[in-house]
Amino acid sequence: MVAVAIALGPYQLAARDLFAFLVAKVTGAASPLPAPAETVILQIRLPRVLAATAVGAALAASGAAYQSLFRNPLVSPDILGVSAGAAFGAVVGIFLSLSVLAVEATSFAGGLAAVIIVYAIATAIRGRDAVLVLVLAGVVIGALFGAGVGLLKYLADPYNQLPAITFWLLGSLAATNPRDLTSLLPAVAIGLVPLALLRWRIDVMTLGDEEATALGVDTRMLRIVVIAAATLMTSAAVASSGIIGWVGLVVPHLARLTVGPAFTRLLPISVLFGAGYLLAVDTVARTLGTVELPLGVLTAALGTRRCFCGSWPSAGARPGRERAAAND
Amino acid sequence: MALGLQPAPGLVVSAPRLTIEDLSYGYPGYVVGHGISLTVGAGEVLCVLGRNGEGKSTLFKTILGLLRPRAGTLRVDGEPIAGWNPRRRALTFGYVPQNSGGTFPFTVAELVLMGRTAHRGPFAAPSAADREAAEEAIATLGIGHLAAREWVRVSGGERQLALVARALAQEPRILVLDEPTAGLDFGNQVRVLDAVRSLAETRALSVLLSTHHPEQAFACADRVAVLVGGELLRIGTPAEVVTAETLAACYSVDVAVLPVADNQYRVCVPRAYLE
Repeated sequence: MVAVAIALGPYQLAARDLFAFLVAKVTGAASPLPAPAETVILQIRLPRVLAATAVGAALAASGAAYQSLFRNPLVSPDILGVSAGAAFGAVVGIFLSLSVLAVEATSFAGGLAAVIIVYAIATAIRGRDAVLVLVLAGVVIGALFGAGVGLLKYLADPYNQLPAITFWLLGSLAATNPRDLTSLLPAVAIGLVPLALLRWRIDVMTLGDEEATALGVDTRMLRIVVIAAATLMTSAAVASSGIIGWVGLVVPHLARLTVGPAFTRLLPISVLFGAGYLLAVDTVARTLGTVELPLGVLTAALGTRRCFCGSWPSAGARPGRERAAAND
Repeated sequence: MALGLQPAPGLVVSAPRLTIEDLSYGYPGYVVGHGISLTVGAGEVLCVLGRNGEGKSTLFKTILGLLRPRAGTLRVDGEPIAGWNPRRRALTFGYVPQNSGGTFPFTVAELVLMGRTAHRGPFAAPSAADREAAEEAIATLGIGHLAAREWVRVSGGERQLALVARALAQEPRILVLDEPTAGLDFGNQVRVLDAVRSLAETRALSVLLSTHHPEQAFACADRVAVLVGGELLRIGTPAEVVTAETLAACYSVDVAVLPVADNQYRVCVPRAYLE
C-alpha cells in the first residue's frame, strides 16, 4: 500500500523503477532513476506517505484510547479540546504571519494548552464524577477556543490570511516535508508506547472508576498517562496536517466491531486501520483531480459512507451491543 | 509501592478479619450513616438489611475505600487500612457491585480475567497462573458455558454470577456484595446465595452482603446487621435480629416471621396477607 501510494501521482513512477530504486538505496548502489524522480520520492512522496500513515495511526490510537477511557464509543480524540486548541494556536500563528514551522509549533502548543487547562479545571472541581467533569470542561474550553478562532478569522486579512486559515482548518498533508517527520514520528511513537504497555489496565478502566479502583487500578494516575499520551499524538498530528475529522471516531469503532473491545487487539487494529485509511484517502485526495481535495472534507465524506455501510448491517445483525447494556 | 502481602505464615491473627470502629460515612458535606461499629470474622457471612436509600451501598463503598470515611477506623486483621493503595485493597477486598458500569462487549472470560488485575504489575499481561485462576473461578460458579459469550448480552443472573466469579478470581479475603440477588429470578437468587455461602465455608472468606429479602439472612448469613436512620439498629444471629419487631422498625411494615422445617428456616409474611 505504501509502495502504491509512493508510485501514484502527477509524476508517474513505474513500479519496477521504484523497486529498483529501493533496492539500490538499501544496497548502497548508484540510483537507477533520474535525479527528478529521486527528488519526488525522497522529498515529496515518501514524507507525505509516512506523514499520512503516522497521522492516521495517531488519530485512531488516541480515539481508541479515549473511547475506552471515557467508556463511550462515540468519543473522538478532540473531546478534551485538543483540536480546538491546536486550531486556535495555528490560527494565531497564521494571523501573526509566522513561518510554516512556527505555525506548527503554535498549533502543537495550543493543543497541549487546551488539554492542560481542561485537566486543571477538572481537578479543581472535586467530589463529582471525574469523567463527566472532564468531558464538560473539554466542551467548554473547546467552545472558548472555537470562539477565539472565529474572532481571529473575522480580524484576519481576507486576501492573504483568511484563505490560509481556511485551508489549514480543512486539513491537508500537502505541505509535509522531511523536517515535519522529525517531530511527528517521535511524538506518535512516544504516545503509542504507554498505550501499548497499559493495554490491560485500559480494559479495566472501561468498567468505570469505582469498579476499576476496586479491582486495584490507580484510576487517577492511569487517566493522566492515557490523556497525556493521546494528547501528545493528537497535537502532533493536528499540528502537521490540520484538523482531520472522523478518523479518530470511526476507525476505532470499526476496529472494535472487527476484533472486539479488548485493547490488546483494539490498539494494533486501530493503528493499522487508521494508517491505511488515511493513506488511502490522502492518495485519493492528491490524485483524483488536478486540484487537490481537502483531506478533512474527504475523510468526512468517506467516513460517513463507511459508517453506514460498515457498522449498520452488523449493528442490525447483533442489535445494539452497547444499547443492550445501557438499558439493563 | 506498598505490597499487598498476606500476613506471614504461622502468624496467629487473633483480631477479627474486618473491624469497623465508630465509622461515619457519606459524601462531602453530607453524612449518610454514623457510629457504625461491627466486626466480621474469617468464614463469616454478614447480611446487611436496610430500606432503600439507607446507605448500604455507601457503607460498602466506604469499606472498600471508594469513598473516604467521614470519621472512624477500618482495620483488616488489626491493621488500619486508611493508607492502603487501590492495589493492596484489591488484594484484600473483592467487590460485586450492584450495577456494573461496563458497557463494552467483553466476553465473560475476559471480564473474569480482569479480576486478576491487582495480582500483576501495571504493564504486565495476564500470566498462565492468572488465566488458570480465572478459569477456576468460572468453573466454581458453573458458568463455563458462558465463557465465550459477550457479558453484556447474557441474562442478569448470569451476569451476576460472572461478577461473583470476577471477585473470586481476585482471591480476596473479604468479599463485598451489593444486593447480589437484585433483579434475579428465584432460581438464580438461590444459586448466587448458595455460591456465596459455600465460598465463605470452603475458603474462609469473610462476606458482607446487602439484600432486600430478610428471609435470605436465614439462608446464607451467620449474622445480620440492620441499618435504620443511618445507625446500626441491631446486629446478631438471624434468629435474634430478623424478628417482627426489627422488621417493623426497619421497613415500617407489620410482618409475621414464621418458623418452618423445625425452626431451621423462617419466612417473613406481611400480616395483612394472613388475615
